[in-house]
Amino acid sequence: MNDKIASPEKSSDSPIIQIIDMHKWFGDFHVLNDINLSVNKGERIVICGPSGSGKSTLIRCINRLEEHQRGRIIVDNIELTNDIKNVEKIRAEVGMVFQHFNLFPHLTILENLTLGPIWVRKTSRAQAEEMAMYYLEKVHIAEQAKKYPGQLSGGQQQRVAIARSLCMKPKVMLFDEPTSALDPEMVKEVLDVMIQLAQEGMTMLVVSHEMGFARSVAHRVLFMDFGQILEQNTPQDFFSNPQHERSKLFLSQILH
Amino acid sequence: MEPAIISIPATEEIKPPITGIGVIGWVRKNLFTGKFNTLLTLLILFAIVKTVPPIIRWAFVDSLWSSQSQACKEAAGACWSVVTNNIRFILFGFYPYDQQWRPIAAIALLVGFIIYSHNRRRWNTKLLIAWPLGLAAMGIIMYGGIFSLPEVETEKWSGISLTLLLAIFGLSAAYPLGVLLALGRRSRLPAIKALSVVYIELIRGVPLISMLFMASVMLPLFLPEGITINKILRAQVAIILFTAAYIAEVVRGGLQAIPRGQYEAAEALGLSYYQKMRLIVLPQALKTVIPPTVSILISAFKDTSLVVIIGLFDLLKTTHVTLSNPDWMGFSNEAYLFTSLIYFVGCFFMSNFSRRLETQLKT
Repeated sequence: MNDKIASPEKSSDSPIIQIIDMHKWFGDFHVLNDINLSVNKGERIVICGPSGSGKSTLIRCINRLEEHQRGRIIVDNIELTNDIKNVEKIRAEVGMVFQHFNLFPHLTILENLTLGPIWVRKTSRAQAEEMAMYYLEKVHIAEQAKKYPGQLSGGQQQRVAIARSLCMKPKVMLFDEPTSALDPEMVKEVLDVMIQLAQEGMTMLVVSHEMGFARSVAHRVLFMDFGQILEQNTPQDFFSNPQHERSKLFLSQILH
Repeated sequence: MEPAIISIPATEEIKPPITGIGVIGWVRKNLFTGKFNTLLTLLILFAIVKTVPPIIRWAFVDSLWSSQSQACKEAAGACWSVVTNNIRFILFGFYPYDQQWRPIAAIALLVGFIIYSHNRRRWNTKLLIAWPLGLAAMGIIMYGGIFSLPEVETEKWSGISLTLLLAIFGLSAAYPLGVLLALGRRSRLPAIKALSVVYIELIRGVPLISMLFMASVMLPLFLPEGITINKILRAQVAIILFTAAYIAEVVRGGLQAIPRGQYEAAEALGLSYYQKMRLIVLPQALKTVIPPTVSILISAFKDTSLVVIIGLFDLLKTTHVTLSNPDWMGFSNEAYLFTSLIYFVGCFFMSNFSRRLETQLKT
């Protein structure tokens, strides 16, 4: 993997995401417990932890696919509340890539990409299509523009999903286990696109177990368990010298 | 890495055995596999030989097509004369005899519209605007009162024009209403959800006949004196309200079949509720429920014949009235077969259209 960008250049200091004393419950289950997190513009964070630790729920709270019940979440200077207009505004600025791609199967690849710009950003169709083709080139898949998602491989679909988010020109990209549902041979093509995105300075929050990816692009690795952020550190320190008992155990299990 | 070269040893091409292909192969494979299937095939062949020739003889060979009723009573075959002699009453009922070119013109216009709209590639905004205009034109042709057409009261609209009127407006209004009710039932707003649930369950718990009856007999009792609502309109509304409840449940099934990820992906892009539903969820949901939806539309089309109980003269009723004429009593087989044929054409068109739509929309 590309090691050149392993040294985390300093990201700018203005926080684009602020999470303050945030809690969330699923019924009685305390899935997120007192989360405090500040993400700067251009910062890249990889979140890891065992399954059920709350890492997916955490990033899903950032664009309110899940609702938090206590504390505050402020994205791009807008606080997430029940005001649906604010929520929609934030969602337009925050791209999300899902584990299962979630492309729209009844639309062509091109239509998948232009939908957001046309309906949310009110871009003209011609302009939206031009931009869509630009991003499809970027994820090396422009020749598939007229096909339907069902005709593409998993890796191709996930690259389309990334391009779909990018078409909204988001300020932040959230990745929810983007490579977990892929066949092993397709993981690299998706990671390569994500690395390229990182090199361009995108603010990224990535829930992933791809430790190679974390090492090469992350400024910070967060380790979560029991709904809490147990440890956060630079990738070098986190992998070579984990502090918390749980992180030591976790790393020993996934790194063999 | 060197690509591995796999060579396939050259062999002579071997043909399948002659009994496995062609007509003989097909017959063996489909009709005579095993003792039981052979027995069934023979039994069915026997039944066909026994029944089909007599039916053909009755319907076509010994039949009378344009005789008087007296000749019919002596004939051995079918008396299609009951239809040919009364065709104008069966189709147009009490619509003034010398004005019956008007329902013909209206129906021709309708059929033209349907045939044109049959092709999905012609669907666009213009067509969407043309439809209501076309329907209004049909209404004007039927009702008259302008362009020196004599006015024909709706009470006199009967036969196939009434059936088509109830069906076209009934189905095209019930469908969107049903979709709205389905969305309402899945809404997060408690009031809308409760209203939709109560409506759907209430309507589905009541037979259509009783709704028609209420609309025609009970509703006028509650209206203030002097206000009357057209009888056909009342029946029409009852049919719409009734069908919509069934459509709603089918569409709800479709909505539930859409994976959560689709909703989430739409939301994550920042689409509003209406955009999400219109662009992402409904197109997929409505497509998956085309078969059950068409079943409901077909049965609603046939159920329009229930308006006889409130004294409207639809196609079935005009047929019935024809048969109460002493001259033509006893020829109900022929008359009802003809009526069935008309219903069949309508239903077959709908199911055929839906199958084509399904293949066209497949992705």
